[in-house]
Amino acid sequence: MLNKIGRGLLTVLKYLSLLFFSFVAVIPVVSCFITAFKTDVEYQTTNVMTMPQNWLNFENFTSAFQKAGMGKAFINSAIILVCVLFFSVMIGTQLAYVLNRFKFFGNTIIRALFLFASQLPGVAMQIAVYEIMYKLGFINSLLGYIVMMCGTDIIAIYIYIQFFENIDYSLDESAIIDGANYFTIFYKVLFPLLKPAIVTSCILKGVGTYNEYYCASLYLQDKKKYATVATSLYTFVGPLGSKYNLICAGVIISLLPALIVFILCQKQIYSGLTAGAVKG
Amino acid sequence: MKRKRTFKEWIKSRDGQQVLVMFAFMVIPLLLLFVFTYLPFGKMFSFSFYNMKYVGARKFVGLKNYIKVFQRDDCFGALKLSLYYMLGSVVQLAIALYLATILSFKVKGGALFKGFMFFPFLINGIAIGFIFKFFYTRGFVFDTVLTWCGFNLENLPYWLKDQRINNYSLVATSVWRYFGQNMVLFIGAIMSVDSELYEAAMLDGANRFQQFRYIIMPSIKTIITLNVILSITGSLSAFEPPFVITDGANGTGTYFIVMHQIAHTQQKVGLASAMAIVLLVIIFVVTILQKLFFKYVFRNAEDEDPRAAKRRQKAIERSIRRQGRKEIC
Repeated sequence: MLNKIGRGLLTVLKYLSLLFFSFVAVIPVVSCFITAFKTDVEYQTTNVMTMPQNWLNFENFTSAFQKAGMGKAFINSAIILVCVLFFSVMIGTQLAYVLNRFKFFGNTIIRALFLFASQLPGVAMQIAVYEIMYKLGFINSLLGYIVMMCGTDIIAIYIYIQFFENIDYSLDESAIIDGANYFTIFYKVLFPLLKPAIVTSCILKGVGTYNEYYCASLYLQDKKKYATVATSLYTFVGPLGSKYNLICAGVIISLLPALIVFILCQKQIYSGLTAGAVKG
Repeated sequence: MKRKRTFKEWIKSRDGQQVLVMFAFMVIPLLLLFVFTYLPFGKMFSFSFYNMKYVGARKFVGLKNYIKVFQRDDCFGALKLSLYYMLGSVVQLAIALYLATILSFKVKGGALFKGFMFFPFLINGIAIGFIFKFFYTRGFVFDTVLTWCGFNLENLPYWLKDQRINNYSLVATSVWRYFGQNMVLFIGAIMSVDSELYEAAMLDGANRFQQFRYIIMPSIKTIITLNVILSITGSLSAFEPPFVITDGANGTGTYFIVMHQIAHTQQKVGLASAMAIVLLVIIFVVTILQKLFFKYVFRNAEDEDPRAAKRRQKAIERSIRRQGRKEIC
């Protein structure tokens, strides 16, 4: 009897804590969402947590979209995303192939170099990277930003290497017997098998690239031409800084793509994070 | 006798092909790694001995920059703020572990809860900045929620201006953003434990707490250790919350905020480089100390019952193998 009451209490406690932390997690975003639908008058006269009168008032969204130049920003972000994902997948899988399939002097050294690089805090590194970007003429250049972002990250490489470990080496050998060279083996035999790992790492890297703002604000300073979705939000710093109904609309627009990707690919995001963390 | 091969023949041979593919596949990533990590790393080191801007003349000043790092109170003193972030990461890990333990077992709506709590991790930094400027504004979201709970608005502080409280406010945003991600990592680790272990423990009459203490804890201690190490070095280099929310105003400027401002606003590149090098050395030392510490602690723990440890190890290996197989399919 006592045991039963205890278990019941535990269940209640369990759901209460889940509800509480979910509430904490969503409330800042939900309040933003509510405010984004309010007219100027409503925003000034009602409490922030009062529901808007008209849930179909999209005026703030269109106005924020135009004021922050988000059309251009979405195009820029899309270009950056496609290029960075394409090149980092190519580079990353190729590197992982060599590191996993060939034994050579320097294999462990290269792995260690990448691991050490991932431990260096980015903000500190940018002090000197800035000078290099400046010398290369990469300031205010989408190309420069893309090249910099392609620098392969250790987590993707680990995901690929782990995956290669599970692909039987006899596959390579039979291809060699058939007379294929290493390039053919990689592109025709192994690369197609890597698909799940590529999807996972693309989602992670994609979200990371889409959300990146520190380097974007350092190296893509011309906000009119080169703003990404994240940095386009900087428009709202300054004179517009207290019009939160407008700002919130901008914020909601900027996080929609991440939300959609999250809803569609939850599983890959979770498993990708876990795979990266355990090894890294 | 073996004839010496010409280069053409060699490149067509297996060895030659191997070298060719290795070169072709590694040259770009290694070049990128060099240009954007190790070259700047070296440059930063040499910058730290100069009085310089990005453009224009440079003057060699020896160790003066390093001395300044320790003398100026806005530089080294800013490291004190890391304590707030360390406290925050302890809270964050505790919350994440608690929720992960709950969500690893059958829970109604578990996926939904997990999704809600994880999503903040996927919001871009600048949006987070605006969300929390809004959230903490006087009389806005946070104050409203607190008045629902019976607090009086007049007794509430200004969350981002009041120097007694604003660092806690900022740390809270960081906890908000990352606890879900930590939780997902922990769930992943807990799930990798063989479910037979839980069944066996249930049969032996172990309660939830005992299960947690004797099955879950030991099997995820690696990932906890990793997270503790990451969070301590992370708090030393805390940057994002003050950068996007307060811009370092009102005593919220962490070490990296000060460094960023010195480098990119004041353009004192030499001093900023020295600051970066000093912090990198500190992080390096702290990481090694922590690793040694955890090695020592866990060695003692293993000594208690080596047989149990072995059994656990085997169970983990088995489950890892099983998972690996699943991934291929």
